[in-house]
Amino acid sequence: MVDVAWQETGVDVQDVAERARVLNRLRIGDIVFHRITKTAALLVLMVLGGVIVSLFLGALPALQEFGFGFLTTQSWNPVTDKFGALAPIYGTIVTSLIAMLIAVPFGLMIAMFLTELCPMWLRRPIGIAIELLAGIPSIIYGIWGLFVFAPFLQQYVQPPIIAAFENIPVLSTLFAGPPFGIGILTASLILAIMVLPFITSISRDVFDAVPPVLKEAAYGLGWTQWEVWRYVVLPFTRIGVIGGVMLGLGRALGETMAVTFVIGNAHKISTSLLAPGTTISASIANEFTEAVGDLYTSSLIALGLILFIITFIVLAIARYLLLRINRRIG
Amino acid sequence: MNVATAKTAPVAAPHPGDGSVLKEKIAIRNLNFYYGETKALKGVSLPLYANKATAFIGPSGCGKSTLLRVLNRMYDLYPGQRAEGQVLFEGKDILEPGLDLNLLRARIGMVFQKPTPFPMSIYENIAFGIRLYEKLPKSELDGRVEQALQRGALWSEVKDKLSANGLSLSGGQQQRLCIARTVAVRPEVILFDEPCSALDPISTAKIEELIDELKTDYTIVIVTHNMQQAARVSDRTAFMYLGELIEFDETNKIFTSPNDRRTQDYITGRFG
Amino acid sequence: MDASLYASRRRRNVLAAVASYAATFVGLTWLALILGVLFWHGFGGLSLRVFTEMTPPPGAVGGLLNAIVGSLIMTGLALLIGAPIGILAGTYMAEYGRHTYLTSLVRFINDILLSAPSIVVGLFIYYVMVRPMGHFSGIAGAVVLSVLVVPVMVRTTEDMLTLVPDTLREAAASIGLPRSLMIRQIAYRAARSGIITGLLLAIARISGETAPLLFTALNNQFYSTNLNAPMASLPSVIFQFALSPYKDWQDLAWTGALIITLAVLAMSIVARSLTGTRKAS
Repeated sequence: MVDVAWQETGVDVQDVAERARVLNRLRIGDIVFHRITKTAALLVLMVLGGVIVSLFLGALPALQEFGFGFLTTQSWNPVTDKFGALAPIYGTIVTSLIAMLIAVPFGLMIAMFLTELCPMWLRRPIGIAIELLAGIPSIIYGIWGLFVFAPFLQQYVQPPIIAAFENIPVLSTLFAGPPFGIGILTASLILAIMVLPFITSISRDVFDAVPPVLKEAAYGLGWTQWEVWRYVVLPFTRIGVIGGVMLGLGRALGETMAVTFVIGNAHKISTSLLAPGTTISASIANEFTEAVGDLYTSSLIALGLILFIITFIVLAIARYLLLRINRRIG
Repeated sequence: MNVATAKTAPVAAPHPGDGSVLKEKIAIRNLNFYYGETKALKGVSLPLYANKATAFIGPSGCGKSTLLRVLNRMYDLYPGQRAEGQVLFEGKDILEPGLDLNLLRARIGMVFQKPTPFPMSIYENIAFGIRLYEKLPKSELDGRVEQALQRGALWSEVKDKLSANGLSLSGGQQQRLCIARTVAVRPEVILFDEPCSALDPISTAKIEELIDELKTDYTIVIVTHNMQQAARVSDRTAFMYLGELIEFDETNKIFTSPNDRRTQDYITGRFG
Repeated sequence: MDASLYASRRRRNVLAAVASYAATFVGLTWLALILGVLFWHGFGGLSLRVFTEMTPPPGAVGGLLNAIVGSLIMTGLALLIGAPIGILAGTYMAEYGRHTYLTSLVRFINDILLSAPSIVVGLFIYYVMVRPMGHFSGIAGAVVLSVLVVPVMVRTTEDMLTLVPDTLREAAASIGLPRSLMIRQIAYRAARSGIITGLLLAIARISGETAPLLFTALNNQFYSTNLNAPMASLPSVIFQFALSPYKDWQDLAWTGALIITLAVLAMSIVARSLTGTRKAS
């Protein structure tokens, strides 16, 4: 809607009319570009919708066949077409939890080192190194686990552990032999190494966001570095740290390649952490292309659906917490 | 704010009385402005005369910048901001919905507080705006760019490095580049939003001189918190306070014998 | 002042410092160890042949050419599909819909997609592409990767455009520049290095992706540029060869792993040097 009644005044009638014409053309371009970007934004939503719908449809045959029992049965038998998700769910959760149990304290301590103790000139190089390591593809960790770490554990670490805990009640079950090398514990350790740079780098970022005056005030009272970190930095960033840990957990839960190489792919829940097991993602990666029969494929997709739901919840919580700390600091 | 010197300085610039017929370029009629629920302008009415410089002064938060940003509807970029009333530009209300904002802004140019060169070469900074509306052969475009830079009093300093990035210039040069960029689009009105507040005194003097020259061809509106500056460059001054227009008159009059007590207090530095 | 209390506080502080040093040392050593082993095994096999010959049958010599070419094709195609979508969506969020409900929703969903397990995305594309087509294909592999590119680009584009100062937008508007031109000619230019960084990070992310390729592009023993047929890629070749019992294949897997790692590291370093201290999350 260009107003041509404007131009009476003078400056240059033709000029104004010319501009109006050009601008009219540009305005159409404006509307088109706006629409295109909005469509792209909606496409992002549709991708997530597509993931949910297709996983659900793909999983439907298995869910109809096995019902709720799918979640609670352990048997996974392609020959008899009986499938239950309990073993992979168990493996996924246990490996991720052990991994976090190791990686979180390590990551926090390293982040504390980087933000409080490390000499200034070393902070950037180490920080960059850790960020670079966070970007290394997980298949690298997997291949290292398979060829180097698992044989090492099998030969040097697992036998003495089995021997040492032989007569201690609970531990003897948890660490029952034989030493396979591969198994739940090995997968957990690899996962821990993999998420370590990730957790370190997020924690460092939240620690760095603590306003310096707050720390200075505490140092001003004669507090030690540990006390400042423990009673000022950590409480202040608690929500952010938990958010970062949840992000790391989300990563560990969905991690495929680092685990697939070393978990042993056994659909059974074993009381020993040294025994082979499986996770949801490892089962899918190992079996999907070889799965014959619709029910088998559908069961694997159902596993994917379960994994997606678990990680969705974890990630949603993580994002919510990180959002809160950003709002507080920002 | 220390304005001890302002008291004595206001008449320094020779502002001959307006012998010629004054033409209202823009007429603001009973304008209210809202940031969400907050009312930032309350019933402001004011004429802006063609080929004159009008200054808006007043303490921080008085609404002078808000008023300026209504004139080219810059506030439209942000949600939740709206204006009520009338702003007649050449007799035509620019607050009407459906108005072509780009055309409006091409006719009412604006120079900002901080220099805002586009992330491109000096030449492109100027040529960019021209090319939007006119298809010119290269030689003619070169001429227009030179002309604009001349007008911005920058040509002699940059004529050998037109392809250098606009951001490589000094702050004062960047600001003059922005003025040249505005002029290049051939507006009728130029709005200045505290154009010198980020500059050193020498650059400030150059810009003020430039504004004075631009008056012959354009209608100038300038927001400033520097009273000497208002006294030096403007013909008319509007004093605003808490979203209201307190007083509007010839600049000489405002600075020598204001009618309102609050104006008096402000220009003598009792608050602000 | 209670001297013994102070001494115990000091002791605790020293203890914490030691623990922190130790954690850093162990963590970094461990990671260095992994890289060291990778280089040790990988460099041995690195030769011209790797880049000029096809993947061999067991027991024969060969290279990784088909895998490298496949990876390049699928990565390139994934960028071609995913980057424009991501950039445009990010543009909508930062420029047109900054405070809208849609933007917050898209941002939340995008963050979920950014860290969602890639294997799940693989299943999605399997269901909507591979199954209807009836066979694995290079194009399905490229689409999977593009779905992983989108969230990275959305995130960086939105972040980078938000950093462009509003005064620049106002200045553009003040000479009568229409919104879309302002975005394309001014805002994109100001945010260019950040967006390129995002692009590099996206490449780094997808070039090591293995899981979702296993059941979309599958693998191919032979040289093939046919997008409608299964296509080899470095990660899937590594997966297959590493798990095989053959020594030659395992060595090639190490070499492939080294190539990917070097490529990813190079990309991340370039990305980092472009924008100081940006990080991927």
